[in-house]
Amino acid sequence: MSGLQIDKLSMRFDLPNGSSVQALKDVSIDLKAGELLSVLGPSGCGKTTLLNIVAGFLAPTDGKIVLNGKKVTGPGAERGMVFQQGALFEWMSVRENVGFGPSMKGMAKAEKAQIVDHLLDVVGLQDFKEKAVYELSGGMQQRVALARCLANEPDVILMDEPLGALDALTREKMQGLVLKLWKETGKTIILITHSVEEALLLGERLIVMAPRPGRIHREYNLPFAEMGVNQDLREVKKDPRFNETREEILAMIWDMEEEIMGRTENA
Amino acid sequence: MELLSDLGSELWAVLSTLFKAAPYIIGYVVLILVMMAIWSGIKRLLTPKHDYSSLKTVTFGDESAVTSNTVASVVSVVLIFVLWGAFTGSKLLPGFMHAPGAFTGNGSFTYTITTPDGQTDDATVSVIVHPATIETEAPEVSPGDGIAKDDSIAIASYRSALLRVDRNDEMGRDEDTFITAVNGQPITPEGSVKVDFGTVAMSAKGTLNIIPATGIQMEPIWLPAPEAVWKRMTEIATDGFRNSTLMEHLGYSLFRVVVGFLLGAIVGIPLGYAMGLSNWFRGWFDPIVEFMRPVPPLALIPLVIIWAGIGEVGKIILLFLAALWIMAIAARSGVSGVRISKVHAAYSLGASKWQIMRYVIIPNSLPEIFTGARVAMGVCWGTVVAAELVAAENGAGMMIMVASKFQSTDIVLMGIILIGIIGFSIDMLMRWIERVLVPWKGKG
Repeated sequence: MSGLQIDKLSMRFDLPNGSSVQALKDVSIDLKAGELLSVLGPSGCGKTTLLNIVAGFLAPTDGKIVLNGKKVTGPGAERGMVFQQGALFEWMSVRENVGFGPSMKGMAKAEKAQIVDHLLDVVGLQDFKEKAVYELSGGMQQRVALARCLANEPDVILMDEPLGALDALTREKMQGLVLKLWKETGKTIILITHSVEEALLLGERLIVMAPRPGRIHREYNLPFAEMGVNQDLREVKKDPRFNETREEILAMIWDMEEEIMGRTENA
Repeated sequence: MELLSDLGSELWAVLSTLFKAAPYIIGYVVLILVMMAIWSGIKRLLTPKHDYSSLKTVTFGDESAVTSNTVASVVSVVLIFVLWGAFTGSKLLPGFMHAPGAFTGNGSFTYTITTPDGQTDDATVSVIVHPATIETEAPEVSPGDGIAKDDSIAIASYRSALLRVDRNDEMGRDEDTFITAVNGQPITPEGSVKVDFGTVAMSAKGTLNIIPATGIQMEPIWLPAPEAVWKRMTEIATDGFRNSTLMEHLGYSLFRVVVGFLLGAIVGIPLGYAMGLSNWFRGWFDPIVEFMRPVPPLALIPLVIIWAGIGEVGKIILLFLAALWIMAIAARSGVSGVRISKVHAAYSLGASKWQIMRYVIIPNSLPEIFTGARVAMGVCWGTVVAAELVAAENGAGMMIMVASKFQSTDIVLMGIILIGIIGFSIDMLMRWIERVLVPWKGKG
């Protein structure tokens, strides 16, 4: 069985004061290979917890993750991660960062150099190969992070708000790059974001999560990612369906936030 | 209560010393301010700079606009040497820059005696004030006429001398004949009269105390001139001091620091890593490290001497202990400071625990370790000098301690200057190594 199955995942942990938090409750998602899923939700809905469980950094209290028929029990090279920022190794050059995964596997130098060169071409950083990563701008750093992840040939790419810290223009360019990489490599991608627009653009499927306990609230199948592959993202945003869905989701999240606020005030 | 009043009088003694020093301190500050005014005058004549900083209109309060002024630094250093030279009568400075020195040369004064029956007579005392280093005989003088006879005396500069001028007089103290005036001014026991070369005072018993003026220069025994210190340094560099040459003294001190520091780092860094990576190790060593860290290494000197004696082993144990806790804590915080996303990223890229250690944790902790190493080297250098002050057979600290016992101020000064230069060089070297080896410091 290929693809990624998230099966009735629950996560509950105890706090020092004796109470407990239900971060996730019965979350099930079935992802086919090559699907692009974006996960959206107000803060505290457990989307980062979900991603950390899929990555294998956290063990769920209930349920399981199965990737290509194998149960996930810890971090592994078949699930690559792209973080928001600061996850590059600043003691290594751009080239060494991108080649980190192959190096860990003990790949031969020539083969590794070929992979690194190819990916630096793909993300457009060939000229910055020998630079230190701290000399690059935020957008370039995220390109390095994407390339580093791809160099390891993972089956699934997990992105934890990878574009969250970028300015609006850079962000738009990077969204285009993510779509391009998705189409070219055919990877399964899970993208966590709190930008509704980004979730719509970069989600073939989109899951809206609700908080307390963290659970799936709505699920959409969207045409925009497919559209974005072939045309300008700004054109996609002009589509009336895009605006309609965006307003719908914004209203949904707005209601959730209101509810949280109300509950906190009553408590 | 008694303690409070004791402490109060001590405080008063400190404050009154400060008050006495105040005119000199104020003079120094005024001198610097004058230099500042002169420099800002000169700067106006030069072509104005047009870099980003000099175009700022708000500089007061802008931390980034305040940089160290090179001219001020040069003035600061040069002025220290000029003042040193001026107050020691250095030959490196032209004479007019010297502070008024001690009187040397010939002087004289007259004294008047009064006999019981009211007769008075004058006599002259010839005084020759000579530098302490040149033996000088009192000049021959003819006694002259009258009851009082002329006298002469040789006094080393910065010293004073009691002179029983009536010894050779026809009538003296034993005949109830007393000195009543000096240079025509009346004088009584415990009084004094200013004369052209200094002061003549009278003791309670009526003996004249001749005090040549000392000026405001320092006597070499308290503060030798810069060239004297330099000369003594070249002497010790070639002839040695206490069976060791200068290089040997400094070499021994440096050897102790380097060996002690390296041992401390070799043990401390793995210890810190273990504390940063394992709960059990953290729990095991936390009480020990947290207790030992605030104990000044100097407080361990007596124990180390009791246990290991005053030889190299004791010194190195002491420096090892001084460096150990600093390095352990630096390594621990280096490990704790690693961003979890870097570790997660490395695991997701397929790294093993050992590879995480080698490629993520160690490089990530290097900046902290280097900061710790700089601190540790500084502490070790201070500790080794202090330990040598207490007990040692050689070393920079021992050199100045022994020299102080013989009042060889020149050696003490030389030692202090060399200790300072070496300490500064160690810090500069560590910074340089840090820049070369850890260019990513602060860039994460």
